Amino acid sequence: MPTNGINVENRATQNWGKPLLIGIALIYMAAILLVPAIAVFYEAFHRGFGPFLEAVGHREFQNAIRLTLITAAITVPLNLVFGLCAAWVIARNQFRGRTLLVSIIDLPFSISPVVVGLMLVLLYGRIGWLGPFLQSINFRVIFSLPGIVIATVIVSLPFVAREVIPVLEDMGPEQEEAARTLGAQDWQIFWRVILPHIRWGLLYGLLLTNARAMGEFGAVAVVSGNLAGRTQTLPIFVEHAYKNYQTQAAFGAAAILALLAVVTLILKEILERRTQHKRSSAH
Amino acid sequence: MLDKPQLESLPLAADSQARVGVSDQYAPQIVRPSRLSWPWVVTIAYLSIMLLIPMAAMITKSMTVEPAEFWRIATEPVALSAYDVTFVTSFLAAAVNGVMGTLVAWVLVRYEFPGRKIIDAVVDLPFALPTAVAGLVLATVYSQQGWIGQLFAPFGIQMAFSRMGVFIAMVFISFPFVVRTLQPVLQEQEQEIEEAAWSLGASPLQTFVRVILPPLVPPILTGVALGFSRAVGEYGSVILIASNVPFNDLIAPVLVFQRLEQYNFEGATVVGTVLLIASLVLLLLINALQRWGRRYAN
Repeated sequence: MPTNGINVENRATQNWGKPLLIGIALIYMAAILLVPAIAVFYEAFHRGFGPFLEAVGHREFQNAIRLTLITAAITVPLNLVFGLCAAWVIARNQFRGRTLLVSIIDLPFSISPVVVGLMLVLLYGRIGWLGPFLQSINFRVIFSLPGIVIATVIVSLPFVAREVIPVLEDMGPEQEEAARTLGAQDWQIFWRVILPHIRWGLLYGLLLTNARAMGEFGAVAVVSGNLAGRTQTLPIFVEHAYKNYQTQAAFGAAAILALLAVVTLILKEILERRTQHKRSSAH
Repeated sequence: MLDKPQLESLPLAADSQARVGVSDQYAPQIVRPSRLSWPWVVTIAYLSIMLLIPMAAMITKSMTVEPAEFWRIATEPVALSAYDVTFVTSFLAAAVNGVMGTLVAWVLVRYEFPGRKIIDAVVDLPFALPTAVAGLVLATVYSQQGWIGQLFAPFGIQMAFSRMGVFIAMVFISFPFVVRTLQPVLQEQEQEIEEAAWSLGASPLQTFVRVILPPLVPPILTGVALGFSRAVGEYGSVILIASNVPFNDLIAPVLVFQRLEQYNFEGATVVGTVLLIASLVLLLLINALQRWGRRYAN
């Protein structure tokens, strides 16, 4: 077969193949991602800002926002400290059980959020291991803030470690060793050598942690007890309002959370350009 | 005596700096417990408090159930139907995304077109959008009167509040995995190999099946497994778009939740344990697939 013929044939296939494949990809993504994304804002604002502001003005709504912000404000720093420690332990040490440790850190991505909530009920709840003790000191974990925070910490636990480990491995221990032999203290090494190097990866991890912390539903739904105004986070408020046919309030809260998602995606894109790599198997 | 260590350390430091940038393979150092103690302590204590102790609480609780009783609760008709809805629908959603995710990754890597960067960023939407919001808006868009649902209503197809709704929610949340695992592999694939195949007389189909596809199989399967694992555990988006009726479209995580609401801790723990075992098995499978993919890449 002459080579020319094949090339012409290939070019012809490419000519109709390209727009066809792009078209299918766009239609598919429109149906499952783009149309729903637009619909959130349409449903929230198509009667103007009035109904939206009215929904936002409700006390339950404001309490939900406050609880979501408090939860994220406690969760993100906790997982930041853990993530840095775990990443350092894994990237800088070779030990038996290293792979197992990585798998344990990844566990929250595999376990259903409802099962995470169930574990906490079976540990801290009335019938749980620590139930009688907590009751005796009159401290509530389940159906109150501590439970919500613990549930949120668990589901967003892997992000920082996962993003920082590859950056630390890339960096190698040479610069740290050099700093140490020149007499730097541990905290100086962290601030002056490690942190400048890992900052974009770290920010990326923090961004994902925060998005998950503010958006978590399943695990929080199990432990929150859904007391309106007291233990409702914003995602719980969305479901609760929807079930009670307060569609406008549900979409008002949904629009705020969707805005958070849009901001997250934009920041993610910026950070990805800084770190110059596309994520693989990101969650 | 005091000068000697310094003299030794200086050339060492210079040597270390000289190596930076040359070697990307780092040599893991031996653990020196006195120096490394507190990151270790934080890591182990935190994982124990947050993950291992709660897991132990659940496993011991499930072990207080008699094995025969455990088996009876785990295989009740309502539970079996919930596993059926959960695992079969998750598998279908992950499989659909295996095909469509491959197509999307291909389009994003191989073609230039206006809006490509935006489309690429939108792929991550299911990771960023809270699942409750996803469920709410999918239920609205795919309902009988919704923007997309009304296209199917004349054919008697009910999208939301049925098993189809569960499928749509699972397709949404498992979409990014295949795209994101495949993209880096596609980017590194050399197009010269395809040109070589063409010039040797292979048809476009032969080139795709014999040359392009084989190295993509491990990342596609990894993405499908990740998406499947995510869909099996999904709760937030499904509870809003499904009617959550037993024997119809009730998924296993919702069954766990409903039993907790009825203070049926035993029933919740048994089904929860089945889900936990399933996710551990999936985690092992995903790790194996990733190892396979790395070996392929090398």
